[in-house]
Amino acid sequence: MPQVTEKEHDGVQIDLVSGERMAGLTSMEKIRMILDGVHEGNIVILEEGLSPDEESRLIEVTMTEISPDEFSGIEIETYPNSTAGDSGLIGRIMGRREASKLTVIGPADRIETLHKDETLISTLVSRN
Amino acid sequence: MGLITNLKDSISRVTDKLFSDAEPKRIGIYGPPNAGKTTLANRIARDWTGDAIGPESHIPHETRRARRKENVEIERNGKTVTIDIVDTPGVTTKVDYKEFLEFDIEEEDAVRRSREATEGVAEAMHWLREDVDGVIYVLDSTDDPFTQVNTMLIGIIESRDLPVLILANKIDLEESDIRQIENAFPQHETIPLSALEGENMDEVYDNIAAYFG
Repeated sequence: MPQVTEKEHDGVQIDLVSGERMAGLTSMEKIRMILDGVHEGNIVILEEGLSPDEESRLIEVTMTEISPDEFSGIEIETYPNSTAGDSGLIGRIMGRREASKLTVIGPADRIETLHKDETLISTLVSRN
Repeated sequence: MGLITNLKDSISRVTDKLFSDAEPKRIGIYGPPNAGKTTLANRIARDWTGDAIGPESHIPHETRRARRKENVEIERNGKTVTIDIVDTPGVTTKVDYKEFLEFDIEEEDAVRRSREATEGVAEAMHWLREDVDGVIYVLDSTDDPFTQVNTMLIGIIESRDLPVLILANKIDLEESDIRQIENAFPQHETIPLSALEGENMDEVYDNIAAYFG
């Protein structure tokens, strides 16, 4: 992702990543892109989110990168999946995708969830 | 005719024996930190084997390694269900060693605990993807269940088609609210319990036998 220069850097960079851009990446490329952005202090917003397997790997890789006083992990928010369990095995075999969910990911020490329900995610983003 | 019936019975007995001798199903106890997973694991292990699995604590991330108790035989309605219980570290997306300092833990020890906690969470995720046959998902019924970790983990479990039981723990506490858990995950059965007090464990065991037997 392009980074703003030091001189301009007095705000919070937000990267909105389209589903189209993500579709061309492997799972590890997606995770790397997210974590590289978060390590830079950016907020990464994914138009279509990650698959459950990718979410599981994102947690795993995040854990391996946590370092005292440097990186304490990520805050991640998506809407609760109201269709969970509805599509079932047959749905997945038939290629029916569960609803893609807008996903917000940021450094744990800079993003705080104020409110979350099925239709609204409200977060507070701090500069430091 | 009698010969065929006898043959069928013999085959059935051999098949039953084969399945009963199969590896016990590994049931992972998952959930966020401090939901009471180890208290539950110890309760189950003590009730059916006499031994505990690991130390319990109010400090988050006390369990930092997945621990397995093998061959736990649970008897329900004349049938015996044998499972391996896997007590896993609480899953989170962030670990800050400074949180341990609030529990009067020295900084060096807090840093070590946080490093072990991160390894434990990664390990728990690996077990979930590779090594468990079913999940007992433990939630603290005094907390809001609408968290990202819960949403993601239930999604991961569902995507792997693993049988899952949701347990609403800590019903002995006044603030306990089981309905909010039922509303958060209406697609799954929610069973209330107090692992600490041993309350409603009969229903828990009935459901373990029904889901994982």
